[in-house]
Amino acid sequence: MGESALETLREDYAEKYGFHDPESYVFKSRRGLDEQVVNEISWMKGEPDWMREFRLRALDLFERKPMPTWGGDLSGIDFDNIYYYVKASERQEQDWDDVPSYIKDTFDKLGIPEAERKFLAGVGAQYESEMVYHNIKKELEDQGVIFLDTDSGLREHPELFREHFATLIPPADNKFAALNSAAWSGGSFIYVPPGVRVEMPLQAYFRINAKNMGQFERTLIIADEGSYIHYVEGCTAPIYTSDSLHCAVVEVIAKRGSRVRYTTIQNWSNNVYNLVTKRAAAYEGATVEWVDANLGSKLTMKYPAVYMMEPGAHGEILSIVFAGRGQHQDAGAKVVHSAPNTSSKITSKSISMHGGRATYRGLLKVSRGARGSRSSVVCDALLLDERSRSDTYPYIEIDEDEVTIGHEASVSKIGDEQLFYLMSRGLDEEQARSMVVGGFIEPLVRELPMEYAVEMNRLVQLQMAGSIG
Amino acid sequence: MRVFDSRLWLCYNAAARWAMERQRKRYGDVHAMLQVRNLHVSVDGQPILKGVNLVVRQGEIHALMGPNGSGKSTLAKALMGHPGYEVTAGEVTFKGQNLLEMAPDERSRRGLFLAFQYPVAIPGVSLANFLRTAINVRRKAADPDDKGLPIPEFRRFLKAKMDLLQMDHRFAGRYLNDGFSGGEKKRAEALQLAVLEPDIAVLDETDSGLDIDALRVVSEGVNALAGPDLGMLVITHYQRILNYIKPHFVHIMLDGEIVESGGPELALKLEERGYTWLEGKQNGRGSG
Ligand SMILES: Nc1ncnc2c1ncn2[C@@H]1O[C@H](COP(=O)(O)OP(=O)(O)OP(=O)(O)O)[C@@H](O)[C@H]1O
Ligand SMILES: [Mg+2]
Repeated sequence: MGESALETLREDYAEKYGFHDPESYVFKSRRGLDEQVVNEISWMKGEPDWMREFRLRALDLFERKPMPTWGGDLSGIDFDNIYYYVKASERQEQDWDDVPSYIKDTFDKLGIPEAERKFLAGVGAQYESEMVYHNIKKELEDQGVIFLDTDSGLREHPELFREHFATLIPPADNKFAALNSAAWSGGSFIYVPPGVRVEMPLQAYFRINAKNMGQFERTLIIADEGSYIHYVEGCTAPIYTSDSLHCAVVEVIAKRGSRVRYTTIQNWSNNVYNLVTKRAAAYEGATVEWVDANLGSKLTMKYPAVYMMEPGAHGEILSIVFAGRGQHQDAGAKVVHSAPNTSSKITSKSISMHGGRATYRGLLKVSRGARGSRSSVVCDALLLDERSRSDTYPYIEIDEDEVTIGHEASVSKIGDEQLFYLMSRGLDEEQARSMVVGGFIEPLVRELPMEYAVEMNRLVQLQMAGSIG
Repeated sequence: MRVFDSRLWLCYNAAARWAMERQRKRYGDVHAMLQVRNLHVSVDGQPILKGVNLVVRQGEIHALMGPNGSGKSTLAKALMGHPGYEVTAGEVTFKGQNLLEMAPDERSRRGLFLAFQYPVAIPGVSLANFLRTAINVRRKAADPDDKGLPIPEFRRFLKAKMDLLQMDHRFAGRYLNDGFSGGEKKRAEALQLAVLEPDIAVLDETDSGLDIDALRVVSEGVNALAGPDLGMLVITHYQRILNYIKPHFVHIMLDGEIVESGGPELALKLEERGYTWLEGKQNGRGSG
C-alpha cells in the first residue's frame, strides 16, 4: 500500500464513517467479555435481535468449552484482560517510542513510507477495529458485486446475510469460533452474482493496535454460480500491536461452477495469538483455493478447510509458514471429500529458524460414496538450524475404496552442497541461504499478486539475515 | 623424496616447453595465474591429494586426466574452497594472493570458476534469476554503488550466451539444475562459464553425459571462450573433448598426485594404453 492509497483511505474513512468527529461515539468499552458487554456490542451496532441472540448463545458456548489442549501453548491468553470492542475514537494511541526496534528496522529495510509506518505500528492512526478500507470500484457495483464490511453487510443485505452466516462454522465448532461469534466486529462481506468475474483482487486491510485489544473479524464470501473472485487480506509489512489476541472466522461459499481464491499474508508482530477458523464449501464443479502465508505472530493456529459437497468440486490449499525466534506456527489444511469425483491438493511449506517451531497439522477425509476422488498432500519443511523444530501431523480418514491418494512429506536442511554451489558463483553465505529459501517458497510466492510477491521476497531476505524476528 | 613441481615438469616435454614459451612471449608473466604447490587435501580425515603441483595461466589450456577416484574432483573442489576439503599442507596462490584464505565466493568474484561434475539442484530458483544475481554480486563487489545490470541488458547478454551453446531461451526459466538431464546440467555449467567470464576455469568432466552432438556444441562453445584471457583446467576421461578444446598441456593424476605431464600426445597415449603403464609412478610409493 503506497502513501497515496493511505491518503485516500484516510479521506474515505473520514467521509464515510465520520470518525473525524469524536463526539459521534459514546460507547465506552471495558475489559473482559460477559453478557452485558455482548449486549452492548450488539446495541452499539444496532443489530437485529437474532444476531444479539446468536452472540449470546455463542458466549455461553465459549464459556463452557474447554481450552484446546493440542496445538500451541495458549496459557498466555488472559481473556479477562482484553477489550472486546473498541471504537476508533476512544482508542488509546500508542507511542512511537514503544514500538519495538525490530519492527522499526523492518520498516526501514522494506522502505515503508513514513506515514504508513506509523499506521502499521498503531501510532497516529485513528481507526482500527473496524473494516475501514473498501476499495470498491465503480465497475464492481455495476456488476452487482457486494463488497462491504460485515457489519454493513448485515445491515444492508439482511436476508442474504442470514441465509449464509455461520452455516459453515457454527459457534459450537470450537472455542475460538464461539468467541468470535460472540464478539465479532468488522471483516468483509462479499457477494458475487452468477457469472460475474471479478478480475482485480479485492483487498482488505485489517489493523489491530490498541493495547490488549482483540480483533474478532468475521468474513463471509458468497460466490454465486459460475462467478470468480480473488480476495486478499493482510500485508507483508509487520503489523505491531501490544500483547493481543486475533481470533477470526472466515466462511466461503462457492456455488456451482464458481472459483474463489482467498489469499492471506499474516505478519502480526510476534506477541499476537492468531487463532483463526477458515472454512469453505465447494459445490458442483466449484474450486476453492486458500493461499495462506504466516510470517508473524507468537502463535498461529490455523487450518483452512475445503468441504467438497458435490461432484467435481476441487479444493486447493497452499500453506507456508515461517517460524522464527519465539514463534510457533501450527498451521495446515483440511480437505473433506463428501461427493464423488472431487479432488484436492494440499501443499505445505514450512521454514523454521532461530529456534522457531513449525507444525503441519492436516486432515484428509474421504466420506463413503465419494468414489473417484483424488487427493495429493505434499509437505516440505526446511530447517535452517539445529535449534529449530518441525513436526508433521497428517491425519487421514478414508471411508471409500475407490480413491487415489498421494502423500509426501520431507524435511530438509539447506545442503552444504547447495551453499557451496551458490557461493562458488560469487554469492556470499547469506545471499546463498536466502536464495535457497527463496526458491523453497517460490511455488507460493508465484501465486501472490505482484506487489506482495516483491515484498515477500524482501521480507524473506530480512528474516534470513536474522535482523528481524 | 623426489620433488615434482611445476618447474620440473616444464622440462619434461619439448612440446610443452615450446607451448609455454609461446604463451610467455605472447602474454608475458603478468597474467592471472593459479599456482598450486605441494597441495595435500584430506576429506573426512582421509588424505586424498598427496602433493599436487600445477600452474595454470590465463590463455593456457590444461587437461587433467586420471582414473576414477584418483582425486581430480577433490582438486577441483579444494581449489574452489569446499569446506569439506581440508588442506593439510601446501599452498595455492591466485593472481599472486593466497587463495586458501579466501571463502569460495571471494574466489569466484576474483575470477576463479568451477564447472561441477555433479551440479546440485536449487529448486525454485530460475537459471536466469540465479545468473542475474551472480552477475550483480560481482558488480557490487567491484563497485559498492552499482545498481545491478538492467534487466533488458541482462536478457540480451544471456540470450547471446545461450545462443553460443545452442540453448533454447526458455531454458533460462527452468529451476536451476532441477530435473535437468545429465547433459542439460553440463550445458548449464558451460553457460555459467560463458556468463561469468572468469580468468581461470576448472571444468570437471563437463563432457561426461553429453551426447555426440551436444559434446560438439558445448566443446565448440567453450572453445569460443578460450583465448588469451581465459586459463582452463579441463578434467576429462576422454580424448574426444580434446579434439575440440586443444590442450597445451596434459597432466595425469594417480592416487592424489600428478605423475605425468606433457603435451596433447599424452592424452592420445592414454586413450591407447590406459593407465597401467603409469603404475608405480607416485612419489609417495616410489621413494617413500
Ligand atoms: N567424504 C569422503 N570420505 C572419504 N573419501 C572420500 C570422500 N569424498 C571423496 N572421497 C574419496 O576421494 C577419492 C577421490 O575422489 P574424487 O571425486 O576426487 O575422484 P575423481 O578423480 O574425481 O574420480 P572420477 O573420475 O570418478 O570423477 C575417492 O577415492 C573418493 O572415494
Ligand atoms: Mg570426479
